[in-house]
Amino acid sequence: MASTDFTLKSRPLTLAYQIPAGRTRRFWEGLREGKVYATRCPKCRKTYFPPAADCPNCLTPEMDWIELSGEAEIEAFTRIETQPASFQEQKPYTVAIGRMKSGVKVLAWLVDAELKDIRVGMKARLTTRVMPDGEPTYVFVPAA
Amino acid sequence: MRRVAVIGVGNSRFGTRQDVNVAELAFEAVKPALEDAGATAGDIEFMALGSAGAGQWYEELIPAAVVAEYCGLSGAGLTRCEAACSSGSAAFFTAYSVVAGGVADLALAVGLEKMWETDTPTTVEIIGRCGYYLWEFHKFGMTFPAYYAMHATAHMAKYGTTEEDLARVAVKNHKYGAMNPIAQFQKEITLEKALQSRVIAWPLKLYDCSPITDGSAAVVLASEEKAKELRADTPVWIGGIGYSSDTANLSRRQDYVGLRASAAASRRAYEAAGIGPGDVEVATVHDCFTIAEIMAYEDLGFCGKGEGAKLLREGETEVGGRIPVNVDGGLKAKGHPVGATGCSMIYELTRQLREEAVERSRQVPLKKYVALAHNVGGTGHYCYVTVLRR
Repeated sequence: MASTDFTLKSRPLTLAYQIPAGRTRRFWEGLREGKVYATRCPKCRKTYFPPAADCPNCLTPEMDWIELSGEAEIEAFTRIETQPASFQEQKPYTVAIGRMKSGVKVLAWLVDAELKDIRVGMKARLTTRVMPDGEPTYVFVPAA
Repeated sequence: MRRVAVIGVGNSRFGTRQDVNVAELAFEAVKPALEDAGATAGDIEFMALGSAGAGQWYEELIPAAVVAEYCGLSGAGLTRCEAACSSGSAAFFTAYSVVAGGVADLALAVGLEKMWETDTPTTVEIIGRCGYYLWEFHKFGMTFPAYYAMHATAHMAKYGTTEEDLARVAVKNHKYGAMNPIAQFQKEITLEKALQSRVIAWPLKLYDCSPITDGSAAVVLASEEKAKELRADTPVWIGGIGYSSDTANLSRRQDYVGLRASAAASRRAYEAAGIGPGDVEVATVHDCFTIAEIMAYEDLGFCGKGEGAKLLREGETEVGGRIPVNVDGGLKAKGHPVGATGCSMIYELTRQLREEAVERSRQVPLKKYVALAHNVGGTGHYCYVTVLRR
């Protein structure tokens, strides 16, 4: 008879990819300087966040870097109570999508806010933070 | 293009299936599908296998070859299709295209997923990475409940949809799951139980989420001549397949109150089949989360934008209603073995159109014999909509 507890353990395989970030280096270095950069196509003038090194609209392969700043309006949010394996050490966290004045949207954690105080339509500010592991990141904080 | 018929379907029991390995699980769907079609493995010219987690959730990296060998199909043309949670539909579409285009007369689509060989946090991690890993998972740890929870908060804010409305989807689908012997969950739940379950990604709770599931489904597709030659007694015809997609980054979407890929794919499917949403008599929609079923009603044109919760509350999506939806239990209660779901939808609708839904209580009364399957990959990253008719 088939049994559900009769299994073989596969050989373990641990994967960690080395992701090339050279073409978006300005963005990753910008985070360390407290800045969040997007790219803008010099030809068709479209702005991209996350930054794209090539323009999907007109296929121009050279982009200008622009700093994203100012207020965002929150369009959607959630609080993650059941975390994935690599985020098990984290306390539950809130993720939101905010629309910047320039029209581009950003998905990031929304910090320094209680779930009960978060609403679709609320104003938030995009800023940078250092994560517990020492890596810089970008987050929303409620607008003062 | 040639007319293409579904002449055989098979579906394994869905659930935690650690009693079988991935090839044995596929066999449970392939064998009944071939028998139903009156065909042998050697008759199959081409097989497309839909599976999203090969080498991730389970150990085999080239499951099309593994499954083909195990089911006696080696020698047929083979491919694996990946379209996240719509991988099964991508396989069905591939097999359909092969037959419609005249490349083969008899093809097999198999949907397959084995999700219980890894622990739950790892399974959640792998699904969570199925967006744009670099920009939405790497730093922010998104999960699939979270992606759909964002749509829920947006839909609730814009249209006044409530947590109770979401729970109603779960109650309805569990009711039909209880009547389906292949379903992972075969028991009814109450609104209170759904509302009181623990939060996974607010506002989505445990009962708003489809489960982690092992399962397989298989569909035999034939040209009109081949269907006659095999003496298929009740061929179900593919009226049309529509497809679309949307950005990998959720932040690049227009809004979060619907899925643009669903709306576009359904428009194409209706046009290809020469029908409108009002002609559909039974549908399976992609209810990976309760909010997804409400958005699907709207995106597929079963009701106006923002009226999904009302359609549900009025019982119009139950057996006997205007447009019964997910009366097999849906992904919610039947289970959601990611790559198998698309083919399992075709299994259910074929049986509905043949009027052989296992329990008569969930057989939808038919006049036009038109059914629709809506299968979403990711958070609307991919979408396939299939119209079937008898």
